[in-house]
Amino acid sequence: MLVMKGIVKQFPGVRALDGVDLDVRAGEVHCLLGQNGAGKSTLIKVLAGAHQPDEGTISFNGAEVRPGSPIDAIKLGFATIYQELDLVDGLSVAENIFLGHEHARLGFVNRAAGRRAAREVLERLGHPEIRPSAEVGRLPPAAKQVVSMARALSHEARLIIMDEPSAALAHDEVANLFRIIRELTAQGVAVVYISHRLEEIREIGDRVTVLKDGRTVAVGLPARETPTQRIVSLMTGRNVEYVFPPRGGREPGEEVLRVEGLSSPGVFGDVSFSVRAGEIVGLAGLVGSGRSEILEAVYGARPATGRVLLDGRPVRRGVVGTVRRGMGLAPEERKAQALLLDQSVTANITLGTLPGFARFGWIDRKRERAEAQRLSELLDIRPPDPERPIRTLSGGNQQKAVLARWLLGGRKLLLLDEPTRGVDVGARAELYAVIHDLAERGIGVLLVSSEVPEVLGLADRVLVLREGTVIHEGEAGELDEHAVLDMIMNGRAA
Amino acid sequence: MGEPTTKAAPALPSIRGIGEMRHLGLLGALALLVVVGLITRPENFATASNLVSILSLAATIGVITVGATFVIIGGGIDLSVGAVMALASVWATTVATQSYGPVVVAICAILVGTGAGLLNGWLIAYGRLVPFIATLAMLVAARGLAQRMSDRKTQLISEGNFSIVELSTTRLLGIPLLVYIFALVVVLGWILLNRTTFGRRTYAVGGNPEAARLAGIDVRRHSMLLYGLSGLCCGIAAILIMARTTTGSSTHGDLYELDAIAAVIIGGTLLTGGRGTIVGSILGLLIFTLITNLFILNGLNTSDQLIAKGLIIVVAVLLQRRNLKERAP
Repeated sequence: MLVMKGIVKQFPGVRALDGVDLDVRAGEVHCLLGQNGAGKSTLIKVLAGAHQPDEGTISFNGAEVRPGSPIDAIKLGFATIYQELDLVDGLSVAENIFLGHEHARLGFVNRAAGRRAAREVLERLGHPEIRPSAEVGRLPPAAKQVVSMARALSHEARLIIMDEPSAALAHDEVANLFRIIRELTAQGVAVVYISHRLEEIREIGDRVTVLKDGRTVAVGLPARETPTQRIVSLMTGRNVEYVFPPRGGREPGEEVLRVEGLSSPGVFGDVSFSVRAGEIVGLAGLVGSGRSEILEAVYGARPATGRVLLDGRPVRRGVVGTVRRGMGLAPEERKAQALLLDQSVTANITLGTLPGFARFGWIDRKRERAEAQRLSELLDIRPPDPERPIRTLSGGNQQKAVLARWLLGGRKLLLLDEPTRGVDVGARAELYAVIHDLAERGIGVLLVSSEVPEVLGLADRVLVLREGTVIHEGEAGELDEHAVLDMIMNGRAA
Repeated sequence: MGEPTTKAAPALPSIRGIGEMRHLGLLGALALLVVVGLITRPENFATASNLVSILSLAATIGVITVGATFVIIGGGIDLSVGAVMALASVWATTVATQSYGPVVVAICAILVGTGAGLLNGWLIAYGRLVPFIATLAMLVAARGLAQRMSDRKTQLISEGNFSIVELSTTRLLGIPLLVYIFALVVVLGWILLNRTTFGRRTYAVGGNPEAARLAGIDVRRHSMLLYGLSGLCCGIAAILIMARTTTGSSTHGDLYELDAIAAVIIGGTLLTGGRGTIVGSILGLLIFTLITNLFILNGLNTSDQLIAKGLIIVVAVLLQRRNLKERAP
C-alpha cells in the first residue's frame, strides 16, 4: 500500500535520513525499530508532511505522492499520533477530535453534531466513558492517547503512524491499545508502530523494518520469528566512531553520593546506589525509563521520597541547597535548561557560582573574566573569547561551557544528562576527555546517556534502568552493548 | 527615525557592538527630534526653561521606567506602577502623615510603594499568579484605596512640609533638584543591573528561568524582589510628583504604566525578558517626552501626539526585530 524508496533528508551538518526504504501493506502492523538518532522521528515527519525529503519517492496505492504539508498528509489518509501528544488542553474532547474539520456551517460550529460524532468514534475505540464535552487538559494520559487516536480515526485515516504509543500507558491500557489496533487492521487500515519494547513488537507486529544511522538495514522481517539476537545486532554495530580516553589511572576515593530508596510514584521506584569520588557511574535506559528524572531528583529539582546523602549528610530538597553543597547538573536540554543564549560565555560559566565572585553583591569582573578565560583555555572552548555571546558557539563548545560552570566552586558531584547530545563526533571525543579529567580531579560523576556505547565507554560502573527500576548493576568492563540493549528492551537481566 | 539605524547597521564591527549600536539608533532619533524642534520653534525650543521643563516632566516617569526595566528584563510586567505611585502620594499627604514632618512623608511614600511592590511580587512568585493579572489587580485596588483614603480630594502639602516642594523649586546650576534625583536613580539602577549579582541574576531569570533554577538561583525570591524594586521606584516617583504638583492625589500617574512600558520597549528591552538596558529605556523615555514637548510647542492636537507615539512604538519594535534577525547565527 505504502512504498518509500531511497528517502534522503539532509539537515545542516547532518544527514538524518540516508536512503531509507519502507513498504507497508494494507491491514498490517509494521514496526519500525532503531536506536535513538537512527532517523525514526525524521521518517515519521516526512510521512506526516512536516519535512520534505531531499531525495527518494513515496507512493501510496500505486500512485506517487508528495505530502508537502500536514494538511496534504491528512488528505492522503495519513494520520500521525506523536509521542508528545498534540492536543489542545483547553478544548473539549469533541473539539480536539474534530480540530480543523469541525462540523460547521458558515463558520458556526454545530456542537451537538460534533459531540454525537465524537461519541461514536470513542465508542468504536471502546471508550464510551470519555465524555465528548470533557476538557482534555483534565484527562489522564491514557485517555488523552485515546482522544489522539480518535482524531486519527475521524479523518478516515488509511495509514496510522504511532510513535511510542505505549510509553505513557499502564499495562492494562496497553492491552486495550492493542485491541484497537487489531480492529483497525481488520478494517484494512495499515499501522506503522514504533516502540522500543520488543515484547510489544512480538505481540502486535506483523513485520519489522530496522533503521540504523539514517539507513534501512533490514526490511520486512517477520516480527514474531526473527530472533532477538538478530534484531539487536542489526540495531547496533554502528558506524559512529567512539573515541574514549583510556581507562585506568583513576582510583575512586571516598563515597560522595549515597541514594537510598529514592521513589517518585509512576516514574521510578526504590532506586539505591552510590557514587565515589573520582568515579563515573552511568545510568543506561530508554527514554521514559526514569533516568533523567532520577538525576533531577538527586539534584533536588524534582520531588521524590527517599534519602539523598552527600558526604554522608542528607541534602535538603531544592536546587539552591544542593548547589551550595557542591552538586552541579548539566541538563539534557542544553538550550532550554542550561544556557542564557543572549549572554556571554563568561556570564554562562559563572552563573552557578556568582556569589563567589562578588562582595556585598558587587561582581569582581576582572576576577570573573580571568576565571572564565582560564576555564576556556583548560577545556579548549573555541573560539577562545569568553566575551562572545554563547549562542555563536557550536553545540560542543556550548556544552563545554556548561561543564566549565561546574568546575568552579569546588564541586563534589556532577550530574551529566546526555552530555553529548547534538554534538559532532570530534567534539564528542573532547567532551569524553573533559569528563575523564573531571573524575581525575576527584569529582564524582553520574552520567545518563541514551547511547549505550557511550555509557559503557565512559563509566566505571553501570546501572541498567527499565521502567523506573534498576534491573542490573555492574562494572562497565563486564558488560557489552548487546547485553545492555537486551536488558533495557526485554527486561531480562543477562 | 529610521535613517540613522539603517545606515549604521551594516558597518557593525562585531556582534558585541550591537548593544551600543541600538543606542546609536535611539540617539539618532533623539537628535532628529531636536533638529525638528530647532527648525519649527527656533525661538522657544532651545531655551533653558524649556529644557528644564522637559527634564522635570521626564523625571517622574523616568524613575518608574528604571524599575519597569528591571521587571521586564526579569521576564515580568508591572501594570500597577501609576496606581501605586498615586497611592503612595495620597498616603504620604494624609493629615496624619504630614504631622510628622517632611522626612516621614518621604519615607511613607517609599514604604507604601515598596510594600505594594513586594505584595505584587509575593503573589506572582509564591502565589503563582500571572504577572499581568496580579499587577492589574493591584492597579485597580491601589487606585481604589487611594480614592478612599483621600475621599477623592486632592491633598495639599502643608506649609510645614514645604521642603518636599523645594525639590522642584530649588535649583542647582539652574536645574531643579528632582532632576538630580532622577539622574541618581538612573545611575544606581545602571550599577545594580550591570555590576552586581542582582543584575546578572535578573538577566538570567528573565532569559531562561529554568536554566537559572538549575544553576542554583532562587528564582522565586528574585522575582519577588524585582517587583519590590519596581514598587520602590514608584515610591520615589511619588515624592517627585508631590514636589512638582504640591499635592497627593488618587488621579496622579494615570496611564504611567503604558508610558513606562512603551519607553522600555522603545529602548530595546524584550518583553519576553532576558535582554535590555537602562540607557535604552531612558533614551526611549526622552524620545517620548520630547515628542510631547514638540507637539505642545507647536500647538498641535494632543490626539495626533498619541497617534505619533503609537507609530513610534511599532517602528521601534520592527527595527529591533530586524536587528535580532541580523544577529541570529
